[in-house]
Amino acid sequence: MIPDLVLFFGLAGIAIASALGMLLSRNAIYSAINLIINFVTVAVFYLLLGAPFIALAQITVYAGAIMVLFLFVIMLLGAERLRASRTLAWQQPLAILLSIILVLETAYILILRPGSLSPPTTVSAGFGAPQAIGQTLFESYLLPFEIISVLLLVAMIGAIVLTRRERLGEKKEEG
Amino acid sequence: MVATEYYLGLSVLLFVLGALGVLIRRNAIIIFMSVELMLNAANLAFVAFARMHQSLGGQIFVFFVMAVAAAEVAVGLALIVTIFKTKQSIDIDQLNQLKG
Repeated sequence: MIPDLVLFFGLAGIAIASALGMLLSRNAIYSAINLIINFVTVAVFYLLLGAPFIALAQITVYAGAIMVLFLFVIMLLGAERLRASRTLAWQQPLAILLSIILVLETAYILILRPGSLSPPTTVSAGFGAPQAIGQTLFESYLLPFEIISVLLLVAMIGAIVLTRRERLGEKKEEG
Repeated sequence: MVATEYYLGLSVLLFVLGALGVLIRRNAIIIFMSVELMLNAANLAFVAFARMHQSLGGQIFVFFVMAVAAAEVAVGLALIVTIFKTKQSIDIDQLNQLKG
């Protein structure tokens, strides 16, 4: 129990510190790299929770594909540092106050009922393994899986159309 | 095995940090990354509950959330690039009109 807790709190510290780093760093590149650290830490949590397939999907999809896309766009747009504009000065303190209230509320709920949510100490072998995930996915969740493939196709077409429209407009203006 | 409350607490903290990022940052890309952080926090809660109930449904749902996040990032970043081309800025305070 004690090594588990030490591992959990160490990783939780890294996750929260990297999330704060993402939030506070002025340079968008540092934010992206902090977020990658956060995603990898969460992948380790998935491993601890008996979800090896999801953990590796997290690293490939989030830390790999999505964050590389973010880094591409940041470098494309030149990682500009925005000056501090103050159009809504009251928004920042209000946001921080509301966040603190939300954290206190959930802490109250979680502390009020300790031990009611403890998971079983052992799970069946193969829980969360690629084979089990695949079987559940194609037996019980086949329709959502197909819908997701259509959604990804739509997103692909949408991204192409959105970035292409500008160029077509320029050609029309030239001609 | 650590109790599920600890994972829920961590998930809440990460979610709140993501929401705070959306509310206080003005760089559109960082707001987008904060949205990813919130999705990730929700995924952590899903996996923790899947472990607690010994049911794979939560993990499958995380898989779908990842696919939706990938689609969302592709379209969203394309939007940000298009906005940058017309406005020369990704400061969301500058984006105050619907006309491009």
